[in-house]
Amino acid sequence: MKTSLYSKEVMKYFKHPKNVGTIKNPDGIGRVGNMTCGDIMELYIKVKDNKIVDIKFQTFGCVVALAVSSMLTEIAKGKTIEEALKITNKDILKKSGPVPPIKIHCSFLAADALYEAIYNYLSKSKKTIPSNLKKEHERILNNLKQVEGTHKEFTEFEEKILRK
Amino acid sequence: MKVYLDYAATTPLDPMVLEAMKPYFYKKFGNSMSLHSWGLEAKKALEESRETVARFMSANPEEVIFTGSATESINFVIKGIAFANKEKGKHIITSAIEHHAVLESCKWLEKQGFEVTYLPVDKYGLVDLEKLKNSIKNNTILVSIMHANNEIGTIEPIEEIGRICKEKDILFHTDAVQSFGKLPIDVEKMNIDLLSLSAHKFYGPKGVGATFVRKGTNIDPLLHGGGHEFGLRSSTENIAGVVGLAEAVRLRTKEMKSEAIKLTKLRDHLIKNVLKIENSHLNGHPIKRLPNNANFWFAFIEGEALIIQLDSCGIAASTGSACSSATLEPSHVLQAIGLKHEEAHGSLRLSLGKYTNKTEIDYTIKTLPKVVENLRKVSPFKGKWK
Repeated sequence: MKTSLYSKEVMKYFKHPKNVGTIKNPDGIGRVGNMTCGDIMELYIKVKDNKIVDIKFQTFGCVVALAVSSMLTEIAKGKTIEEALKITNKDILKKSGPVPPIKIHCSFLAADALYEAIYNYLSKSKKTIPSNLKKEHERILNNLKQVEGTHKEFTEFEEKILRK
Repeated sequence: MKVYLDYAATTPLDPMVLEAMKPYFYKKFGNSMSLHSWGLEAKKALEESRETVARFMSANPEEVIFTGSATESINFVIKGIAFANKEKGKHIITSAIEHHAVLESCKWLEKQGFEVTYLPVDKYGLVDLEKLKNSIKNNTILVSIMHANNEIGTIEPIEEIGRICKEKDILFHTDAVQSFGKLPIDVEKMNIDLLSLSAHKFYGPKGVGATFVRKGTNIDPLLHGGGHEFGLRSSTENIAGVVGLAEAVRLRTKEMKSEAIKLTKLRDHLIKNVLKIENSHLNGHPIKRLPNNANFWFAFIEGEALIIQLDSCGIAASTGSACSSATLEPSHVLQAIGLKHEEAHGSLRLSLGKYTNKTEIDYTIKTLPKVVENLRKVSPFKGKWK
Protein backbone atom coordinates (compact mmCIF):
# COMPACT_ATOMS: atom_id res chain seq x y z
CA MET A 1 0.00 0.00 0.00
CA LYS A 2 1.20 3.47 -0.83
CA THR A 3 1.33 5.29 2.46
CA SER A 4 3.09 8.42 1.30
CA LEU A 5 2.23 10.94 -1.37
CA TYR A 6 5.86 11.23 -2.37
CA SER A 7 8.82 9.04 -3.30
CA LYS A 8 11.20 7.58 -0.73
CA GLU A 9 13.95 9.97 -1.77
CA VAL A 10 11.69 13.02 -1.46
CA MET A 11 10.57 11.93 1.99
CA LYS A 12 14.16 11.21 3.05
CA TYR A 13 15.33 14.71 2.15
CA PHE A 14 12.17 16.30 3.50
CA LYS A 15 12.57 14.66 6.88
CA HIS A 16 16.33 15.02 7.11
CA PRO A 17 17.35 17.87 4.81
CA LYS A 18 21.05 18.39 4.14
CA ASN A 19 22.76 21.80 3.99
CA VAL A 20 20.05 23.77 5.76
CA GLY A 21 20.83 27.32 6.85
CA THR A 22 22.74 30.37 5.71
CA ILE A 23 26.40 31.19 5.06
CA LYS A 24 28.10 34.11 6.73
CA ASN A 25 29.47 36.48 4.08
CA PRO A 26 28.33 34.38 1.15
CA ASP A 27 29.82 34.95 -2.29
CA GLY A 28 26.41 34.67 -3.91
CA ILE A 29 22.76 34.59 -2.92
CA GLY A 30 19.85 33.36 -5.03
CA ARG A 31 16.32 34.12 -4.01
CA VAL A 32 13.42 32.81 -6.11
CA GLY A 33 9.72 32.05 -5.82
CA ASN A 34 6.68 34.01 -4.85
CA MET A 35 4.15 34.04 -2.08
CA THR A 36 1.12 33.45 -4.27
CA CYS A 37 1.97 29.84 -4.96
CA GLY A 38 3.79 29.61 -1.70
CA ASP A 39 7.38 28.60 -2.43
CA ILE A 40 10.32 30.80 -1.58
CA MET A 41 13.88 29.47 -1.86
CA GLU A 42 17.04 31.14 -0.68
CA LEU A 43 20.38 29.73 -1.70
CA TYR A 44 23.79 30.79 -0.37
CA ILE A 45 27.08 29.86 -2.01
CA LYS A 46 30.73 30.13 -1.04
CA VAL A 47 33.12 30.01 -4.01
CA LYS A 48 36.82 29.25 -3.86
CA ASP A 49 39.09 28.78 -6.89
CA ASN A 50 36.02 28.82 -9.13
CA LYS A 51 34.48 25.96 -7.15
CA ILE A 52 31.33 25.94 -5.01
CA VAL A 53 32.91 24.90 -1.73
CA ASP A 54 29.90 25.49 0.45
CA ILE A 55 26.21 25.81 -0.26
CA LYS A 56 23.26 26.28 2.08
CA PHE A 57 19.53 26.76 1.61
CA GLN A 58 16.42 27.95 3.38
CA THR A 59 13.01 27.23 1.91
CA PHE A 60 9.49 28.23 2.75
CA GLY A 61 7.33 25.75 0.92
CA CYS A 62 5.83 22.33 0.55
CA VAL A 63 7.40 18.92 0.96
CA VAL A 64 8.74 18.74 -2.60
CA ALA A 65 10.08 22.30 -2.50
CA LEU A 66 12.00 21.52 0.68
CA ALA A 67 13.31 18.19 -0.58
CA VAL A 68 14.46 19.39 -4.01
CA SER A 69 16.22 22.45 -2.56
CA SER A 70 18.22 20.16 -0.34
CA MET A 71 18.94 17.76 -3.21
CA LEU A 72 20.15 20.63 -5.35
CA THR A 73 22.68 21.70 -2.71
CA GLU A 74 24.14 18.18 -2.74
CA ILE A 75 24.31 18.09 -6.54
CA ALA A 76 25.98 21.52 -6.77
CA LYS A 77 28.45 21.18 -3.91
CA GLY A 78 32.06 20.79 -5.12
CA LYS A 79 31.21 21.66 -8.72
CA THR A 80 32.99 24.38 -10.68
CA ILE A 81 30.87 27.36 -11.73
CA GLU A 82 30.82 26.06 -15.31
CA GLU A 83 29.71 22.61 -14.17
CA ALA A 84 27.12 24.05 -11.83
CA LEU A 85 25.59 26.10 -14.62
CA LYS A 86 24.95 22.86 -16.51
CA ILE A 87 22.73 21.55 -13.71
CA THR A 88 19.06 21.55 -14.72
CA ASN A 89 15.85 20.50 -13.07
CA LYS A 90 16.24 17.15 -14.85
CA ASP A 91 19.25 16.34 -12.68
CA ILE A 92 17.15 17.10 -9.62
CA LEU A 93 14.24 14.98 -10.83
CA LYS A 94 16.67 12.14 -11.51
CA LYS A 95 17.59 12.25 -7.84
CA SER A 96 14.09 12.79 -6.50
CA GLY A 97 12.26 10.23 -8.60
CA PRO A 98 8.82 11.07 -9.95
CA VAL A 99 6.91 13.93 -8.35
CA PRO A 100 3.25 14.86 -9.01
CA PRO A 101 2.93 17.04 -12.15
CA ILE A 102 1.76 20.03 -10.13
CA LYS A 103 5.01 19.86 -8.15
CA ILE A 104 7.44 19.78 -11.07
CA HIS A 105 7.70 23.57 -10.92
CA CYS A 106 9.48 23.13 -7.56
CA SER A 107 12.41 21.41 -9.32
CA PHE A 108 12.63 24.27 -11.85
CA LEU A 109 12.57 26.68 -8.95
CA ALA A 110 15.51 24.95 -7.25
CA ALA A 111 17.61 25.10 -10.42
CA ASP A 112 16.65 28.76 -10.81
CA ALA A 113 17.82 29.50 -7.27
CA LEU A 114 21.24 28.12 -8.23
CA TYR A 115 21.43 30.19 -11.44
CA GLU A 116 20.49 33.29 -9.46
CA ALA A 117 23.11 32.61 -6.81
CA ILE A 118 25.80 32.18 -9.47
CA TYR A 119 24.58 35.29 -11.33
CA ASN A 120 24.80 37.19 -8.07
CA TYR A 121 28.31 35.85 -7.41
CA LEU A 122 29.59 36.69 -10.87
CA SER A 123 28.18 40.20 -10.85
CA LYS A 124 29.41 40.91 -7.32
CA SER A 125 32.93 39.72 -8.16
CA LYS A 126 32.81 41.63 -11.48
CA LYS A 127 33.36 38.51 -13.53
CA THR A 128 32.02 37.97 -17.03
CA ILE A 129 28.47 36.66 -17.02
CA PRO A 130 27.92 34.06 -19.74
CA SER A 131 25.20 35.09 -22.18
CA ASN A 132 23.21 31.94 -21.33
CA LEU A 133 23.11 32.88 -17.69
CA LYS A 134 22.04 36.40 -18.56
CA LYS A 135 19.13 34.91 -20.46
CA GLU A 136 18.25 32.64 -17.55
CA HIS A 137 18.30 35.60 -15.22
CA GLU A 138 15.90 37.55 -17.45
CA ARG A 139 13.65 34.53 -17.80
CA ILE A 140 13.48 34.11 -14.01
CA LEU A 141 12.50 37.74 -13.56
CA ASN A 142 9.88 37.37 -16.29
CA ASN A 143 8.55 34.15 -14.77
CA LEU A 144 7.87 35.95 -11.58
CA LYS A 145 5.59 38.32 -13.45
CA GLN A 146 3.96 35.49 -15.37
CA VAL A 147 3.17 33.35 -12.34
CA GLU A 148 1.20 36.24 -11.02
CA GLY A 149 -0.72 36.30 -14.30
CA THR A 150 -1.39 32.53 -14.43
CA HIS A 151 -3.94 32.70 -11.69
CA LYS A 152 -5.50 35.84 -13.06
CA GLU A 153 -8.97 34.41 -13.57
CA PHE A 154 -9.06 32.90 -10.13
CA THR A 155 -7.58 35.97 -8.53
CA GLU A 156 -10.12 38.20 -10.21
CA PHE A 157 -12.98 36.10 -8.92
CA GLU A 158 -11.37 36.09 -5.52
CA GLU A 159 -10.94 39.86 -5.55
CA LYS A 160 -14.54 40.26 -6.55
CA ILE A 161 -15.58 38.16 -3.58
CA LEU A 162 -13.32 40.02 -1.21
CA ARG A 163 -14.21 43.47 -2.47
CA LYS A 164 -17.94 43.12 -1.99
CA MET B 1 0.44 6.39 17.89
CA LYS B 2 -2.24 6.96 15.26
CA VAL B 3 -4.44 10.04 15.73
CA TYR B 4 -7.15 10.93 13.22
CA LEU B 5 -8.00 14.62 13.50
CA ASP B 6 -9.63 15.13 10.13
CA TYR B 7 -13.26 14.36 10.95
CA ALA B 8 -14.34 17.44 9.00
CA ALA B 9 -13.03 15.73 5.85
CA THR B 10 -14.78 12.45 6.52
CA THR B 11 -15.67 10.10 9.36
CA PRO B 12 -15.52 6.34 9.76
CA LEU B 13 -18.78 4.45 9.47
CA ASP B 14 -20.33 3.63 12.83
CA PRO B 15 -20.42 -0.19 13.12
CA MET B 16 -24.13 0.05 13.96
CA VAL B 17 -24.73 1.92 10.71
CA LEU B 18 -22.92 -0.82 8.82
CA GLU B 19 -25.13 -3.46 10.47
CA ALA B 20 -28.28 -1.56 9.54
CA MET B 21 -27.11 -1.27 5.90
CA LYS B 22 -25.92 -4.85 5.35
CA PRO B 23 -29.25 -6.59 4.52
CA TYR B 24 -29.98 -4.01 1.80
CA PHE B 25 -26.96 -5.08 -0.22
CA TYR B 26 -28.10 -8.68 -0.74
CA LYS B 27 -31.24 -9.99 1.02
CA LYS B 28 -33.32 -6.83 0.66
CA PHE B 29 -31.97 -5.72 -2.68
CA GLY B 30 -35.28 -4.70 -4.29
CA ASN B 31 -35.98 -1.61 -6.38
CA SER B 32 -38.30 0.70 -4.47
CA MET B 33 -40.32 1.33 -7.65
CA SER B 34 -41.16 -2.37 -8.17
CA LEU B 35 -44.65 -3.55 -7.30
CA HIS B 36 -43.71 -6.96 -5.82
CA SER B 37 -42.77 -7.70 -2.24
CA TRP B 38 -39.06 -7.07 -2.90
CA GLY B 39 -39.93 -3.62 -4.11
CA LEU B 40 -42.31 -2.93 -1.25
CA GLU B 41 -39.68 -3.94 1.26
CA ALA B 42 -37.26 -1.43 -0.26
CA LYS B 43 -39.96 1.23 -0.43
CA LYS B 44 -40.74 0.71 3.25
CA ALA B 45 -37.07 1.12 4.23
CA LEU B 46 -36.86 4.24 2.08
CA GLU B 47 -39.90 5.91 3.61
CA GLU B 48 -38.95 4.99 7.17
CA SER B 49 -35.52 6.49 6.56
CA ARG B 50 -37.09 9.63 5.15
CA GLU B 51 -39.15 10.00 8.30
CA THR B 52 -36.12 9.63 10.57
CA VAL B 53 -34.13 12.25 8.69
CA ALA B 54 -37.12 14.63 8.56
CA ARG B 55 -37.88 14.30 12.25
CA PHE B 56 -34.29 15.22 13.20
CA MET B 57 -34.73 18.71 11.75
CA SER B 58 -38.48 19.11 12.44
CA ALA B 59 -39.40 18.72 8.77
CA ASN B 60 -42.09 16.65 7.07
CA PRO B 61 -41.01 13.39 5.41
CA GLU B 62 -42.12 14.57 1.96
CA GLU B 63 -39.74 17.50 2.32
CA VAL B 64 -36.66 15.26 2.37
CA ILE B 65 -35.05 14.41 -0.98
CA PHE B 66 -32.25 11.84 -0.97
CA THR B 67 -29.28 12.55 -3.22
CA GLY B 68 -25.86 11.12 -4.00
CA SER B 69 -23.85 13.70 -2.07
CA ALA B 70 -24.02 17.11 -0.47
CA THR B 71 -22.35 18.57 -3.56
CA GLU B 72 -25.26 17.23 -5.58
CA SER B 73 -27.75 18.59 -3.03
CA ILE B 74 -26.18 22.03 -3.24
CA ASN B 75 -26.04 22.03 -7.05
CA PHE B 76 -29.67 20.92 -7.11
CA VAL B 77 -30.75 23.73 -4.79
CA ILE B 78 -28.79 26.57 -6.34
CA LYS B 79 -29.40 25.70 -9.99
CA GLY B 80 -32.87 24.27 -9.39
CA ILE B 81 -34.09 27.39 -7.60
CA ALA B 82 -32.38 29.71 -10.06
CA PHE B 83 -33.95 28.11 -13.13
CA ALA B 84 -37.41 27.58 -11.65
CA ASN B 85 -37.63 31.17 -10.41
CA LYS B 86 -35.82 33.11 -13.12
CA GLU B 87 -39.03 34.88 -14.17
CA LYS B 88 -39.24 36.26 -10.63
CA GLY B 89 -35.65 37.44 -10.52
CA LYS B 90 -32.07 36.57 -11.32
CA HIS B 91 -30.22 37.71 -8.21
CA ILE B 92 -28.67 35.38 -5.64
CA ILE B 93 -26.89 36.28 -2.41
CA THR B 94 -24.26 34.06 -0.82
CA SER B 95 -21.10 34.55 1.22
CA ALA B 96 -17.40 34.66 0.37
CA ILE B 97 -16.64 31.67 2.60
CA GLU B 98 -19.07 29.10 1.22
CA HIS B 99 -17.93 25.64 0.15
CA HIS B 100 -16.79 25.37 -3.47
CA ALA B 101 -20.01 23.47 -4.27
CA VAL B 102 -21.90 26.71 -3.61
CA LEU B 103 -19.34 29.12 -5.06
CA GLU B 104 -18.74 27.17 -8.26
CA SER B 105 -22.49 26.69 -8.82
CA CYS B 106 -22.95 30.44 -8.39
CA LYS B 107 -20.03 31.19 -10.68
CA TRP B 108 -21.58 28.95 -13.32
CA LEU B 109 -24.94 30.70 -12.92
CA GLU B 110 -23.22 34.04 -13.46
CA LYS B 111 -22.18 32.73 -16.87
CA GLN B 112 -25.86 31.93 -17.54
CA GLY B 113 -26.86 35.53 -16.88
CA PHE B 114 -27.61 35.45 -13.17
CA GLU B 115 -26.21 38.03 -10.79
CA VAL B 116 -24.54 36.90 -7.58
CA THR B 117 -23.60 38.94 -4.52
CA TYR B 118 -20.81 37.45 -2.40
CA LEU B 119 -21.17 38.87 1.10
CA PRO B 120 -17.91 39.57 2.92
CA VAL B 121 -17.31 38.26 6.42
CA ASP B 122 -15.57 39.74 9.45
CA LYS B 123 -12.24 38.51 10.81
CA TYR B 124 -14.01 35.63 12.57
CA GLY B 125 -15.86 34.57 9.44
CA LEU B 126 -19.26 35.93 10.47
CA VAL B 127 -21.66 37.29 7.86
CA ASP B 128 -22.79 40.86 8.56
CA LEU B 129 -26.59 40.93 8.80
CA GLU B 130 -26.79 44.62 7.88
CA LYS B 131 -24.83 43.97 4.70
CA LEU B 132 -27.15 41.09 3.93
CA LYS B 133 -30.20 43.32 4.36
CA ASN B 134 -28.64 46.01 2.17
CA SER B 135 -27.82 43.50 -0.58
CA ILE B 136 -31.40 42.30 -0.96
CA LYS B 137 -33.01 43.64 -4.13
CA ASN B 138 -36.43 43.33 -5.77
CA ASN B 139 -35.12 40.54 -7.98
CA THR B 140 -33.36 38.52 -5.25
CA ILE B 141 -34.65 34.94 -5.36
CA LEU B 142 -32.29 33.04 -3.08
CA VAL B 143 -29.98 33.56 -0.13
CA SER B 144 -27.50 30.73 0.49
CA ILE B 145 -25.43 30.94 3.68
CA MET B 146 -23.73 27.99 5.31
CA HIS B 147 -24.65 26.94 8.84
CA ALA B 148 -21.06 26.32 9.92
CA ASN B 149 -17.87 26.79 7.97
CA ASN B 150 -15.95 23.67 7.00
CA GLU B 151 -12.50 25.21 7.43
CA ILE B 152 -12.65 27.55 10.39
CA GLY B 153 -15.77 26.16 12.09
CA THR B 154 -17.51 29.51 12.54
CA ILE B 155 -21.26 29.17 13.12
CA GLU B 156 -23.31 31.70 11.15
CA PRO B 157 -26.39 33.41 12.61
CA ILE B 158 -28.74 31.42 10.38
CA GLU B 159 -31.81 31.90 12.56
CA GLU B 160 -31.52 35.68 12.05
CA ILE B 161 -30.74 35.20 8.36
CA GLY B 162 -33.82 32.99 8.06
CA ARG B 163 -35.94 35.67 9.70
CA ILE B 164 -34.65 38.37 7.35
CA CYS B 165 -35.36 36.17 4.32
CA LYS B 166 -38.83 35.32 5.55
CA GLU B 167 -39.69 39.00 6.06
CA LYS B 168 -38.55 39.76 2.51
CA ASP B 169 -40.16 36.61 1.10
CA ILE B 170 -36.87 35.26 -0.28
CA LEU B 171 -35.92 31.58 -0.22
CA PHE B 172 -33.18 30.67 2.25
CA HIS B 173 -30.82 27.75 1.72
CA THR B 174 -28.24 26.64 4.24
CA ASP B 175 -25.34 24.27 3.59
CA ALA B 176 -25.47 22.26 6.80
CA VAL B 177 -22.85 19.68 5.81
CA GLN B 178 -20.57 20.44 8.76
CA SER B 179 -23.28 21.16 11.33
CA PHE B 180 -25.84 18.44 10.66
CA GLY B 181 -25.67 15.94 13.49
CA LYS B 182 -23.45 18.27 15.52
CA LEU B 183 -25.76 21.21 16.19
CA PRO B 184 -29.54 21.18 16.70
CA ILE B 185 -31.44 22.14 13.55
CA ASP B 186 -35.10 23.11 13.40
CA VAL B 187 -36.13 24.19 9.91
CA GLU B 188 -39.34 25.75 11.27
CA LYS B 189 -37.76 27.81 14.02
CA MET B 190 -34.82 28.79 11.82
CA ASN B 191 -36.99 29.66 8.79
CA ILE B 192 -34.94 27.44 6.52
CA ASP B 193 -36.49 26.71 3.11
CA LEU B 194 -33.72 24.50 1.78
CA LEU B 195 -30.92 22.60 3.46
CA SER B 196 -28.12 20.32 2.24
CA LEU B 197 -26.44 17.54 4.21
CA SER B 198 -24.13 14.58 3.74
CA ALA B 199 -24.08 11.25 5.60
CA HIS B 200 -20.33 10.64 5.67
CA LYS B 201 -19.67 13.68 7.84
CA PHE B 202 -21.48 12.07 10.77
CA TYR B 203 -20.51 8.38 10.72
CA GLY B 204 -22.78 7.43 7.82
CA PRO B 205 -21.71 6.07 4.42
CA LYS B 206 -20.16 8.05 1.57
CA GLY B 207 -22.19 8.54 -1.58
CA VAL B 208 -25.44 9.59 0.03
CA GLY B 209 -26.79 13.00 0.97
CA ALA B 210 -30.12 14.71 1.35
CA THR B 211 -31.82 18.00 0.62
CA PHE B 212 -34.61 19.50 2.64
CA VAL B 213 -37.02 21.30 0.31
CA ARG B 214 -39.85 23.13 2.05
CA LYS B 215 -43.27 22.08 0.77
CA GLY B 216 -44.50 24.34 -2.02
CA THR B 217 -41.02 25.52 -3.04
CA ASN B 218 -40.67 26.08 -6.76
CA ILE B 219 -37.57 24.09 -7.75
CA ASP B 220 -36.40 22.26 -10.88
CA PRO B 221 -34.65 18.87 -10.68
CA LEU B 222 -31.06 18.37 -11.83
CA LEU B 223 -31.69 14.77 -12.81
CA HIS B 224 -34.68 14.01 -15.01
CA GLY B 225 -35.88 10.46 -15.49
CA GLY B 226 -38.16 7.98 -13.76
CA GLY B 227 -39.60 10.49 -11.32
CA HIS B 228 -38.07 9.21 -8.08
CA GLU B 229 -38.01 11.42 -4.98
CA PHE B 230 -41.24 13.24 -5.83
CA GLY B 231 -39.89 13.92 -9.31
CA LEU B 232 -37.02 15.96 -7.90
CA ARG B 233 -34.22 13.40 -8.19
CA SER B 234 -34.62 10.57 -10.64
CA SER B 235 -32.31 7.58 -10.13
CA THR B 236 -32.90 4.15 -8.67
CA GLU B 237 -32.83 4.65 -4.92
CA ASN B 238 -29.61 3.79 -3.09
CA ILE B 239 -31.54 1.99 -0.36
CA ALA B 240 -28.51 0.72 1.58
CA GLY B 241 -27.04 4.23 1.56
CA VAL B 242 -30.30 5.86 2.58
CA VAL B 243 -30.80 3.34 5.40
CA GLY B 244 -27.23 4.08 6.51
CA LEU B 245 -27.89 7.81 6.46
CA ALA B 246 -31.04 7.36 8.53
CA GLU B 247 -29.32 5.08 11.03
CA ALA B 248 -26.51 7.62 11.40
CA VAL B 249 -29.10 10.34 12.01
CA ARG B 250 -30.86 8.14 14.58
CA LEU B 251 -27.58 7.67 16.45
CA ARG B 252 -26.86 11.40 16.34
CA THR B 253 -30.17 12.11 18.07
CA LYS B 254 -28.88 10.12 21.03
CA GLU B 255 -25.23 11.17 20.99
CA MET B 256 -25.17 14.75 19.78
CA LYS B 257 -25.61 16.60 23.05
CA SER B 258 -23.17 14.68 25.25
CA GLU B 259 -20.63 14.55 22.44
CA ALA B 260 -20.75 18.32 21.93
CA ILE B 261 -19.91 18.84 25.61
CA LYS B 262 -17.04 16.36 25.47
CA LEU B 263 -15.60 17.70 22.22
CA THR B 264 -15.87 21.36 23.23
CA LYS B 265 -13.80 20.57 26.29
CA LEU B 266 -11.17 18.66 24.31
CA ARG B 267 -11.14 21.34 21.60
CA ASP B 268 -10.57 24.16 24.07
CA HIS B 269 -7.83 22.19 25.79
CA LEU B 270 -6.19 21.72 22.39
CA ILE B 271 -6.56 25.37 21.37
CA LYS B 272 -5.23 26.68 24.67
CA ASN B 273 -2.10 24.56 24.43
CA VAL B 274 -1.40 24.97 20.72
CA LEU B 275 -1.54 28.74 21.09
CA LYS B 276 1.42 28.46 23.46
CA ILE B 277 3.54 27.92 20.35
CA GLU B 278 5.29 31.18 19.44
CA ASN B 279 3.69 33.06 16.53
CA SER B 280 0.61 30.85 16.39
CA HIS B 281 -2.90 32.16 15.86
CA LEU B 282 -6.46 30.83 16.02
CA ASN B 283 -8.62 31.14 12.90
CA GLY B 284 -12.37 31.48 13.27
CA HIS B 285 -14.56 32.57 16.15
CA PRO B 286 -13.39 31.76 19.69
CA ILE B 287 -16.89 30.77 20.87
CA LYS B 288 -19.27 30.62 17.91
CA ARG B 289 -17.53 27.60 16.44
CA LEU B 290 -18.25 23.92 15.87
CA PRO B 291 -17.46 21.83 18.94
CA ASN B 292 -15.06 19.71 16.89
CA ASN B 293 -13.13 22.37 14.96
CA ALA B 294 -9.77 23.97 15.72
CA ASN B 295 -7.96 25.98 13.04
CA PHE B 296 -4.63 27.76 13.39
CA TRP B 297 -1.97 29.48 11.38
CA PHE B 298 1.70 29.36 12.20
CA ALA B 299 4.03 32.05 10.93
CA PHE B 300 7.10 31.19 8.77
CA ILE B 301 6.00 27.70 7.67
CA GLU B 302 3.92 26.10 4.96
CA GLY B 303 0.91 23.88 5.63
CA GLU B 304 1.48 20.98 3.27
CA ALA B 305 4.91 20.33 4.76
CA LEU B 306 3.30 20.56 8.19
CA ILE B 307 0.61 18.02 7.28
CA ILE B 308 3.14 15.53 5.90
CA GLN B 309 5.37 15.85 8.97
CA LEU B 310 2.38 15.38 11.25
CA ASP B 311 1.40 12.35 9.17
CA SER B 312 4.86 10.90 9.79
CA CYS B 313 4.10 11.30 13.48
CA GLY B 314 0.78 9.50 13.01
CA ILE B 315 -1.45 12.57 13.10
CA ALA B 316 -3.99 13.21 10.32
CA ALA B 317 -4.85 16.87 9.76
CA SER B 318 -5.64 19.31 6.96
CA THR B 319 -4.50 22.70 5.64
CA GLY B 320 -5.72 25.63 3.55
CA SER B 321 -2.29 26.09 2.03
CA ALA B 322 -1.97 26.64 -1.70
CA CYS B 323 0.56 23.83 -2.05
CA SER B 324 -2.09 21.31 -1.07
CA SER B 325 -4.70 22.54 -3.52
CA ALA B 326 -5.15 21.70 -7.17
CA THR B 327 -5.12 25.38 -8.13
CA LEU B 328 -2.04 26.36 -6.09
CA GLU B 329 -4.20 29.05 -4.51
CA PRO B 330 -4.54 29.44 -0.77
CA SER B 331 -7.94 28.92 0.84
CA HIS B 332 -10.58 31.50 -0.10
CA VAL B 333 -12.00 31.23 3.41
CA LEU B 334 -8.73 32.22 5.08
CA GLN B 335 -8.29 35.06 2.62
CA ALA B 336 -11.85 36.25 3.25
CA ILE B 337 -11.17 36.53 7.00
CA GLY B 338 -8.21 38.76 6.13
CA LEU B 339 -5.23 36.42 6.16
CA LYS B 340 -2.39 37.28 3.79
CA HIS B 341 -1.15 34.60 1.40
CA GLU B 342 1.84 33.73 3.56
CA GLU B 343 -0.40 33.47 6.61
CA ALA B 344 -2.96 31.24 4.90
CA HIS B 345 -0.08 29.02 3.71
CA GLY B 346 0.74 28.19 7.30
CA SER B 347 -2.75 27.07 8.27
CA LEU B 348 -3.70 23.87 10.03
CA ARG B 349 -7.15 22.42 10.66
CA LEU B 350 -7.58 19.84 13.40
CA SER B 351 -11.10 18.43 13.51
CA LEU B 352 -12.21 16.10 16.28
CA GLY B 353 -14.84 13.38 16.30
CA LYS B 354 -16.66 10.97 18.52
CA TYR B 355 -13.74 8.58 18.77
CA THR B 356 -11.26 11.31 19.76
CA ASN B 357 -9.94 11.02 23.33
CA LYS B 358 -7.77 13.03 25.70
CA THR B 359 -4.69 10.83 25.14
CA GLU B 360 -4.81 11.61 21.43
CA ILE B 361 -5.20 15.34 22.04
CA ASP B 362 -2.33 15.34 24.54
CA TYR B 363 -0.11 13.49 22.08
CA THR B 364 -0.95 16.15 19.46
CA ILE B 365 -0.21 18.94 21.92
CA LYS B 366 3.17 17.35 22.60
CA THR B 367 4.05 16.64 18.95
CA LEU B 368 2.91 19.80 17.18
CA PRO B 369 5.42 22.27 18.70
CA LYS B 370 8.33 20.01 17.69
CA VAL B 371 7.07 19.69 14.12
CA VAL B 372 6.52 23.45 13.81
CA GLU B 373 10.00 24.11 15.20
CA ASN B 374 11.56 21.62 12.78
CA LEU B 375 10.03 23.35 9.79
CA ARG B 376 10.92 26.80 11.06
CA LYS B 377 14.57 25.75 11.16
CA VAL B 378 14.48 25.35 7.38
CA SER B 379 12.45 28.50 6.73
CA PRO B 380 14.09 31.67 5.42
CA PHE B 381 11.51 33.78 7.24
CA LYS B 382 12.06 32.97 10.86
CA GLY B 383 12.08 36.31 12.59
CA LYS B 384 11.74 38.30 9.38
CA TRP B 385 8.04 39.00 9.58
CA LYS B 386 6.21 40.08 12.73
